[in-house]
Amino acid sequence: MGIEQKLGNMGVVTTTLEGVVNWSRTRAMWPMLFGLACCAIEMMSAQAPNYDMSRFGMELMRASPRQSDLMIVAGRVSRKMGPVLRRLYDQMPEPKWVLAMGDCASCGGVFNNYAIYQGVDEVVPVDVYVAGCPPRPEALIHGVMTLYEKVKSEKFRDLAAKA
Amino acid sequence: MTQLEEVTLDELKHLVSNRAIQGDTMMLNMGPQHPATHGVLRLLLELDGEIIVNCIPDIGFLHTGIEKNMEAKTYQKAEVMTDRLDYLNTVGNNLAYCMAVEKLVDLDVPPRGQVLRVLLTELQRIASHLVWIGTHCLDLAAMSMFMYTFREREQILDILELVSGQRMMTTYFRPGGVWRDVPVEFKKAVRDFIKIFPKRLDEYEALLTRNPFILDRLLGIGKLTREKALSFGVTGPILRACGVDWDLRKKRPYMGYEEYDFDVPIRTEGDNYARYLVRMQEMRESLKIVEQALNKLPMGPVRSDNRKFVPPPRSEIGTSMEALIHHFKLWTEGFNAPKASIYSAIEGPRGELGVYLEGDGGPKPYRVHLRTPSFENVGVIPEICKGYLVADLIAIIGSIDFVLGDIDR
Amino acid sequence: MDNKLEQIVQALQEKFKAQGEEFRGEAHVLVGAGQIVEVLTWLRDQQNFELLSAMTAVDYCPQEEPRFHVVYQLTSVANNLSLMLRIPVNGDKPEVPTATGVFGNAIWREREIWDMFGVRFAGHPDPRRILMPPDWEGHPLRKDYPLGYEEPQFTFNFEEIDLRKPYAKE
Repeated sequence: MGIEQKLGNMGVVTTTLEGVVNWSRTRAMWPMLFGLACCAIEMMSAQAPNYDMSRFGMELMRASPRQSDLMIVAGRVSRKMGPVLRRLYDQMPEPKWVLAMGDCASCGGVFNNYAIYQGVDEVVPVDVYVAGCPPRPEALIHGVMTLYEKVKSEKFRDLAAKA
Repeated sequence: MTQLEEVTLDELKHLVSNRAIQGDTMMLNMGPQHPATHGVLRLLLELDGEIIVNCIPDIGFLHTGIEKNMEAKTYQKAEVMTDRLDYLNTVGNNLAYCMAVEKLVDLDVPPRGQVLRVLLTELQRIASHLVWIGTHCLDLAAMSMFMYTFREREQILDILELVSGQRMMTTYFRPGGVWRDVPVEFKKAVRDFIKIFPKRLDEYEALLTRNPFILDRLLGIGKLTREKALSFGVTGPILRACGVDWDLRKKRPYMGYEEYDFDVPIRTEGDNYARYLVRMQEMRESLKIVEQALNKLPMGPVRSDNRKFVPPPRSEIGTSMEALIHHFKLWTEGFNAPKASIYSAIEGPRGELGVYLEGDGGPKPYRVHLRTPSFENVGVIPEICKGYLVADLIAIIGSIDFVLGDIDR
Repeated sequence: MDNKLEQIVQALQEKFKAQGEEFRGEAHVLVGAGQIVEVLTWLRDQQNFELLSAMTAVDYCPQEEPRFHVVYQLTSVANNLSLMLRIPVNGDKPEVPTATGVFGNAIWREREIWDMFGVRFAGHPDPRRILMPPDWEGHPLRKDYPLGYEEPQFTFNFEEIDLRKPYAKE
């Protein structure tokens, strides 16, 4: 009521609370610095001036899990690293999303052997998978946009059911 | 999935000093996920306030089982795995492996193939050093260098994409030469890069070399003596910054390196600043080699025509029966290598990248061991960081320039 | 082979009863396991082989005697020579004296060989696993250790692999 009066003759601006919350979550999603192997270099390239990711809200990469919303698992996860990954995922506050970048994080990639988890979804639940070995920075940005679509379509009752 | 192992002090009793057990010093875990360890390296630090008393590296967080996986694939298919070792020097890894296979089966590379290999390896060396300076300065809080160097690196990656289709994991070099000839736009792309790069390097040097902040953080820190370096098996720019004149491109020339005119920068102080100067100068020397290679690029085939090891081109298969048989045998079985072992090394941007290859008469390698330079280089960190502050350790890590894929394989 | 290298191989054959071979211009010398520390010290001090370039092992599995070969690749920076030493090691209770006193990088290399092959190094100051997690069982690079191959998921077997794959819970 009050806001429409203050805006004067702007017409009618209505939206849902869900829409605003989801919009704001996508506009400044901070990824956690979790570059493991070669995909990390492409993630750094995506952050670099040529394929700028800060256009999409990922201005900073927070090293601390307590301050980040998105975990981009970039690279292969070995048996020794799995528990560390799970612990970091548990330390991230809700709402959090996981993007599996590259073939090794999605399905084990080239390495079908004893030392690598065949897909990081054996350790953490994944929202978006980005294919490529390593995926081009544009592919990573496409993956991030796909994640934004997913976030925009989230409903509060699903989040409440999860908790 | 195993629970996270808490490494207790009892297991490390033999590695830490007595003061830690008495509780005098503090054990700090610079964990696998840390913005300043370039990759997943875990360092257990024993600190007396801010000064480091002991440093115990814990590696293995990126162990991929590449050596065992290569034993299950044929020689051609195993090359794909070598790209993923030192992922900043992908072309160099391919070169080391291809040279080892060629030495084992006694295969020659035609001149055009050799010149192309040298050209792309030196471009990759420049790209690797650019990532080094970018991330090193990022750790020293000079963040704009990261942005500048990645801009140059994108140009090099565009050249690699032009010849092979992939930015990083190219697998462009194959046993016998390179995969296929370069397209017409290649020469112009490389010439454009050669034209702009020296000015950019001058800009970086003007920004960093006499900068009081850089001098403060790099000069005199992390001193490594010549004897310690040789005893620990350190190679590459770190060894050359300690005064040892050892560069495999000059001492044991391969792929025609003896025909190029370039210098190898040597310094004697052995500290971070010396390593910085050596690598900056190496970038200039690599650019000289790239220019000479481009000027002397001869005409001819790019891959050997020994059909026992190199598949024939598509056009021949339609007309010649032997070509069809060779194609079939090579792609179903692969070529056989003699029952012998060799060791072949190249000079990578981080040091000596060696391949120990043992064949058993069959199409798959019996044992591949990759001697990666970062393994030895990280082993020397505990020796050179004692007595410095934690912030100096960050500078030392950046200056040693290791890559975790190299260490853990 | 280089002249100097030939002389060194000759000296090794006389002094330590080693067996020398040549392949593609490289010198490979087979030495007994008990003498390796002496040989390495002699090569480092008298013949200027200051750099241990590489150290690895090979598993010749079905063959029991010797089952492993531990390979040392030495480089002489002063004379620009390189030499490969091989030690045969038996299959049951494989043990070799440590070279940590001679070369500094042997500490980590021997830990890696212990981790991957199970070859013990007598007198090593820090015998822990280096690449695998500390509670891992088995020695991965042995020939009788399985690769750990997982069947790829194509469309025809998608559901059956989906059911057995250990997905993470929330």
